[in-house]
This record gives sequence, structure tokens and C-alpha cells, in this order.
Amino acid sequence: MIVFAAMTVSNKNIMRSIIYLLFVLIGMAAIYFMIEFYFLGAVQLTVYAGGIIVLYVNSVMLVEKINNPLPSVALWRRLLAGFLSAFGIILTLFAVWSYDFAVVAENQAKEISIEDVGLTLLSYGDHGYILPFEVISVLLLAAMVGAIVIAKTNKHEQITNK
Amino acid sequence: MTADIFTEIHEFLLGFMSESATHITELILIAVAYLGIFAILGLFLVWLERRVAGFFQLRLGPNRVGPAGLFQTIADALKLVSKELTGTVKADKQLYKIAPYFVITTALMSMSLIPFSQEIQAFDINIGLFFIISVSSIGVLGVFLAGWASNNKYSLLGGMRTGIQMISYELSIGMSIVTMVVLAGTLQISEIVELQKNGWFIFTGHIPAIIAFMIFMIAGTAESNRTPFDLVEAESELGAGFHTEYSGMRFAYYFLAEFVNMFIIAAIAVVLFFGGWLSPFGITDAIPFAGLFWFGLKVMLVIFIFMWFRWTFPRLRIDQLLTLEWKYLLPINMVNIVFMALMVWLGLTF
Repeated sequence: MIVFAAMTVSNKNIMRSIIYLLFVLIGMAAIYFMIEFYFLGAVQLTVYAGGIIVLYVNSVMLVEKINNPLPSVALWRRLLAGFLSAFGIILTLFAVWSYDFAVVAENQAKEISIEDVGLTLLSYGDHGYILPFEVISVLLLAAMVGAIVIAKTNKHEQITNK
Repeated sequence: MTADIFTEIHEFLLGFMSESATHITELILIAVAYLGIFAILGLFLVWLERRVAGFFQLRLGPNRVGPAGLFQTIADALKLVSKELTGTVKADKQLYKIAPYFVITTALMSMSLIPFSQEIQAFDINIGLFFIISVSSIGVLGVFLAGWASNNKYSLLGGMRTGIQMISYELSIGMSIVTMVVLAGTLQISEIVELQKNGWFIFTGHIPAIIAFMIFMIAGTAESNRTPFDLVEAESELGAGFHTEYSGMRFAYYFLAEFVNMFIIAAIAVVLFFGGWLSPFGITDAIPFAGLFWFGLKVMLVIFIFMWFRWTFPRLRIDQLLTLEWKYLLPINMVNIVFMALMVWLGLTF
């Protein structure tokens, strides 16, 4: 997975980068499946692998000159990016190591049923997710309306141009 | 008595192997079995398609090789295997090579969830149906990539057309499945079938279930790229993503995967609406492995309906296709889900 992640950023061909990214995301879904979080794994597959990557491929295919390799990046940018990633890795590792994880015995980890997921998403009591759920749905609705508006104005201009 | 064969194999393997080695061997055995089913099923369906086509057009279809032409497709497959794998010089070689495997793997993965009978189901998780939807959403990528990696503008256009079609109709499939899940209250495939012991969902859910079934059949036809939605498959008229540059076995992968996808969609339809492996009125409940027979019979009937479609309806244009999906099927579907939820809430289901 890490190899594929590195290949995603280092590859000069944008289409191949996307495919390597897809492998990274599928690998993450596989990790979820291995720790038996089936729902999360399937969501990962649907949203990222099935949705976002397909969207990327679609938009890249609409762009011209995709066959040309991407221009190489200036040295100072590479150095800066490398420095920032190293900082991020150190921060993450520090956080992971300093936190005391409660060890769950393998047979104790119970399977999360789909009913629990649904009820928690829509419950307004403690540990309920109704507020983020509604906020996200409003946000998505706004995004959809925005997309429609943008598409509509373009069409109108086309007609007037003719 | 029912699971005897499987326990016997398990005991036999445990006899001379450690537990973990047995586990791995069993996994490999299952994988090989599924690959075998995949290949045989694909070849059988191609043969069936040609015979049914012949039947509808008042001709014979393949009838020379083997009994009733059964080995014709095997001969075809052997020919495809022996063919040279060609490619264009400027194609993106890596992507060109891996694109067919996306289609094949996703088809195989969703097949692992198909319950052939009560005992034969490789992978029964509590989010079964959702898993099938999520896996099959990746299959689109194979078609996209094939169109792109061929480095051919007709392929690119064909690939885009297919991709758009499959993405749009995935919505309808997903939503008609959700409608039935509202009725069933579970996503686990084995449970869904068990719930239908007292009546198949198409009867217990009556009106909304029938609407959902019709939408599912329409969207399923589009999803498996069959006529009247075969803009991908129209070999003689339209250049499709993988038809132009792929040859030999790589072409055969796409071809087989398409037929297996049709089988998967038919199988989901049978599980959701016609009670899976259950026999009508429970007449053969006592016989072991009778489920296999009933399941096979029902799936073959649904597949026959798909083939019937093919020789009955003329092809849609791409804009008509998208209009049908976004302006008709999707709104009907949304209303239908609410309708079904009301039905379940008011207890109007049988």
C-alpha cells in the first residue's frame, strides 16, 4: 500500500497515478475487512474506489493532452513537500506511540450490525450523529443545486451564442 | 446430512495438514471452484444466448459441435486462448493489461456472495447486498480504463459512453435494492432468503415490490450492457471501449465477465424477489441440495427474460437512455421507496 502511495505521487502519467491511488484505497478497504469492520470497508469501496476514482478518471478523460507527462516540479517545492511530509509522519507516529490503546481481545470485538449503524446515525441522544448527518446532507444538496445552476447557465449561453 | 460433503472434505484435509494449512487449502479450493463456475457459467450462457437468439429468429443456432452445439463455445474459447494478444504501439501498456482484470475480479467478488443453495455460499456477511453494490461500482473502472488505455479515440468515446451508462443505472439498481431492503429489514443475503419462507417478497410486498422488480430488471439490463441498452455491446454499429483494440483472451475476459454479470444480476433478482433457493410452497424442503435446482431454475428463467428483451426491443440512443434513467426511473424509484416504507410502517404487507 505504501509502495502504491509513493508511486501515486511520483508517477509522471496522471492516469497511472489515479490507478495507483485506487490500489491504495482498495488496500485500506481490505484493512477494514481484515479487522471485520465490513460496513466501513464497503463504504470505503463505494465512496472512494467506486465514486471518487471513477469521477477522477472521468474528468481526466475529458481533459486534453493527458498523454503528456506532467512537468517536473521545482527543487525547492520538492524539498518543502518532503519536509512537510516528514513532519506529518513524525507527528502521527508520536501521537500513535504516546497514546495508550486499550487492547481488545480478538473474540471480544463484536460484529457491528447494520441496524446499529443506522440507529446511531439518526439518533439525537448521546453519541448520536443526527446533527452531522443533517449538516452533510444540506451541504450535498447545496453542492448539487450549485452544479445544476452552473450547468444551466452554460447551456443558456450556448443557445444565445448560436 | 446437508453439509456432509463439506465437513467430509474438511476432515479429510485436517487428516494430514495443520489447521492453518487446512484453512488456506480450503480457501484455495473455494477460489478454484468459483473460477471453474465462472468459466463454465460464462461459456454456458454464451451458448444459451446463441440458441435463444436462433429460437427467436426461427433458425437453429450452433448445433454441430457436441450435443445441441454445447461445445461450440468451448471451441470458441480455445480459439480465443490460442490467439495472439495484440496491442497498439502507443497504448499505455500497463493499464491496457490490467484493465480486464478489474472487470473479472469484481464479477468474481460479487459472485462469492451469491447463495447457490442454503449450504453453498462462500461469503455470507451482514452487509451482503451493500457489498455487492460497492464491489460492482469498481467494475466500471475496467471499462473506462480499457477505453482510455487503447489509445484510440473511438475506444475512448465508447468507454466514456459505457461508463456513464453504468454509473447512472447503478443508481437505479441500488435504489430498487434499497426498496426491497426496507421490506426485508436486513442486508444479509441468507437472512433475506430465510425471511421469504412464508411468501416470496414479490408477493408479500405486492405493488411497490412489483414496481421495484420492473425497475430492477430495466436497470439490470442496462447494467449488464444488453439490448435495448447495449450501446457498449453493439458490435456491428458502435465502437465500444474494449471492442476495438483488445484481442484474444483479454477480449474474452470482458466478454465472459459481461455474461457472468448478467448471471449475478439475475441471481440478485431471484434472491430479492423470488425467494432464492426456496422451493415454491416448500415442496422439496426435505431433499438436500434441492435448493441448488430451484435456484438454478429461477435464475435461468430470469436470464431467459433478459434474452427475450434482447430480441424484442430496439436499441436506445445514448440521450434517450440517460433521459429514461434520470427523468423517469430515478423519480419513480424515490417515490417507490417512500411508498414501500409507508406500506411496511402501516403493516400493509402480507
